[in-house]
Amino acid sequence: MSDNKPVIKMDAQAPDGFEGEGFFATQLSSVIGMARKFSLWPLPFATSCCGIEFMATLNPTFDASRFGMEKNSFSPRQADMLMVCGTISKKLGPILKQVYTQMAEPKWVIAVGACASSGGIFDSYSVLQGIDKIIPVDVYVPGCPPRPEQIIEGVMQVQALCESESIRRRDMPEYQQLLASYDIN
Amino acid sequence: MTNNFVLEAITREFPDSVLSHATPYDFLTLEIKKADLKKVIHHLRDSSLQINFLTDICGIHYPDTPEKELGVIYHLHNMRTNFRIRLKVFMPKDNAEVDSMTDLYAGANWMERETFDFYGIKFKGHPDLRVILNMEDIGYHPMLKEYRLEDGTRMDKDDKMFGR
Repeated sequence: MSDNKPVIKMDAQAPDGFEGEGFFATQLSSVIGMARKFSLWPLPFATSCCGIEFMATLNPTFDASRFGMEKNSFSPRQADMLMVCGTISKKLGPILKQVYTQMAEPKWVIAVGACASSGGIFDSYSVLQGIDKIIPVDVYVPGCPPRPEQIIEGVMQVQALCESESIRRRDMPEYQQLLASYDIN
Repeated sequence: MTNNFVLEAITREFPDSVLSHATPYDFLTLEIKKADLKKVIHHLRDSSLQINFLTDICGIHYPDTPEKELGVIYHLHNMRTNFRIRLKVFMPKDNAEVDSMTDLYAGANWMERETFDFYGIKFKGHPDLRVILNMEDIGYHPMLKEYRLEDGTRMDKDDKMFGR
C-alpha cells in the first residue's frame, strides 16, 4: 500500500499587503494577478505528436486540472491561454492567427515543441517555421515532443507571467506595437 | 489476364504508341507516346480488357534526362480480374502539357490538380486547374527537383537537436 494520504495545503502565499485584525489591504493588480494565475483556461490547438503529449498532461497521472485549468475550451470564447501543440503548416497559419485574434484580452500563448517553436525538422515548403512568424508567443516549451512535465513547466511559466505582469500590460505602447508588427488589431 | 496477353493486345491495337515496356516486380509498365495516351486509356477502359478503374495519377521529375524531364504516371486497374497496369508519358520541361482524363474518369480531377500543383504540368481540357494542396499564392511547384531541401543560410537550427 502506498502512503498517499491526501494532504490539503491551505498556505498558498498571499500577495504582499497590510494586515490587521479583520482586514487585509493590497494592490488590486496583485489580487487580479493571483486570480488570473489560478484560473487559466487553455485552448488546445493540437495538430500532431505534441498534441498527444498534451492529452497526457490532462490525464489523471499528470492532472493539469491542479492548476485551475479544469476545462479545456475548444473555442476562443473565454479561453485565455492558447496552447499550440504540433506542426503548423503554412496553409493552417491564417486559421491559427484567426483563433488568436478571436480570443479576448488578456491572453497568453505557449508554443509546445520544436515544430510550433521553430518548424522542427520540417524545413520544407509547406511548414511554418515557428508560430512566432504570425502571432506573438509568451512561452516556448522545448522538446520533440516534450514530456508532460515540460508542458506543465510551460504552464507554470505562464502563471508566473500573469501573476507578476501589470494588469494593464495589454494597454502599453510596447504591446500595441508588438501586435501591430503582427498586423493584428 | 497476363502481362503478355495485355501487352500483345495493346501493341496490336496501337503499334506505334508503345515506346517501351518493362515488368518490374511483375507489374506491366508501358511508356506511351504523349499524343496517343488518351486513346490508349480510352481503349483500355472500353475494350474487352475492362481495365476501367483509375487508381492514381502522379508526376515525376528527372532533371537529368534531356527532353524527358517531366513525366506523368497512370495506374489502372481491372477490378474483375485484379489486373494492374502502369502507363508513363514523358515530355520536355518547357510548357509541359498532357491531355486531361477528366472526361474519361471523374476521379482524375483532383489527381490532376495535385500533379499540376506539385509539378506544374498542365492538363489540357481540365475544367478547373488550380492549386489544391498548397496555399493559393504559393507561386511555384515545390516537388520539382530544382530547390534545395533546406535553407542553407539558417543559423537558428542545430542539426544535432533534430537527429541529422
